[in-house]
Amino acid sequence: MIAAIGVLLIGMLALPAMRDALERVMVLHMLVQIPLLAVGGGLMAAGLRSSWKARVGAWNRGGVSGILLALIASSWWMVPRALDLALSSPAMELAKFVTLPLLVGAPVALSWSRVGAIGRGFVIANVLPMWAVVGWLYIAAPMRVCNFYLVDQQVAAGNGLLGASIALGALAGLLAFRSA
Amino acid sequence: MRTAAASLFISAAGGALLWHGTSGFRALTTEQARRLAVQQQPVMLPLTALEDQDGQPFTLASYHGRPVAVDFVFTQCRSLCPLLSAGFQRLDRAERAREGGERLQLVSISFDPRDTPARLRDYSSRYRADGRAWRFARVRDTTDLAPLLEAFGIVVIADGRGDFQHNAAVHVVNREGRLARVLDPDASPDAVANAGRSVRPPGMLRAVARRR
Repeated sequence: MIAAIGVLLIGMLALPAMRDALERVMVLHMLVQIPLLAVGGGLMAAGLRSSWKARVGAWNRGGVSGILLALIASSWWMVPRALDLALSSPAMELAKFVTLPLLVGAPVALSWSRVGAIGRGFVIANVLPMWAVVGWLYIAAPMRVCNFYLVDQQVAAGNGLLGASIALGALAGLLAFRSA
Repeated sequence: MRTAAASLFISAAGGALLWHGTSGFRALTTEQARRLAVQQQPVMLPLTALEDQDGQPFTLASYHGRPVAVDFVFTQCRSLCPLLSAGFQRLDRAERAREGGERLQLVSISFDPRDTPARLRDYSSRYRADGRAWRFARVRDTTDLAPLLEAFGIVVIADGRGDFQHNAAVHVVNREGRLARVLDPDASPDAVANAGRSVRPPGMLRAVARRR
């Protein structure tokens, strides 16, 4: 059931009209389409049969390899050139629809529960500041970093990344206090 | 053990892919990637029919044997083009003052279909271009524009207010008529002129290196 929702979500995002609407605006591309593709992959993985989860888990003690995979794969989609390539090259667009669910969303879903408290803190303390730095770069860059997006869109995407980083940081802090 | 092996494989494969995708972490933007690619392998340019501010037809191939600096502008532009044109004006002055050697030729190509030769002439007089060593041009046939921009690696997008945004740079075309270097819009006249005069086809350099 939950896996079907993930497939449905990715299918909806792949509709030409949906792709066009979300990729036309940089902030929607970076902060709506890309995260939702990962969420779709996460839902798909969450619906895996437990025998499969156990088989994958043997390669993923403490969630280390899964989180590592997600960190590396997601960092590519923070590179401005990757966003341009997704718009200009159908192969890269396809790669986006495959790698974000399978190499980012799914590994996080299969790994996060296995990561210890210190490991979680470490991951959060690395990822969120990285988003903030990328966001700040987009705001402060003296030139356009993406050929296919206007400067004001770049600034909006930068503000969005910075905002998301701060909001998720606050949320993580709140959850940490509640569980403590 | 298996987790360690998986992690090692992920780091190696992922690192290699990231390295490849960013040309060794030197090209995080499309513009940086374009500059690196051009420098490594000069780009053959299409023989696009152009016309200048006086309506005179010409092509970039007609400069054969002489280095040319090319930029892309439109006359209504208020953001990057004035910077590019001011840079070309400095370059033009420096090249006029220079004695001996061959003069770097300058061509400013408009990608705005609204720019007629008359408008280009107006614009060129604003920057005191002589119309020969520094020409302002447009494509004669608008269907040629997209392939020309593509060959140079220029992406032009409408900003929805009747204007355009575009990647701005100084393009140096070498004596063989290939795009050989892409420099910042505010590159010094010396840097552009030197790039224009020093670029040799990489094939020749490689052949020389092999012989040694």
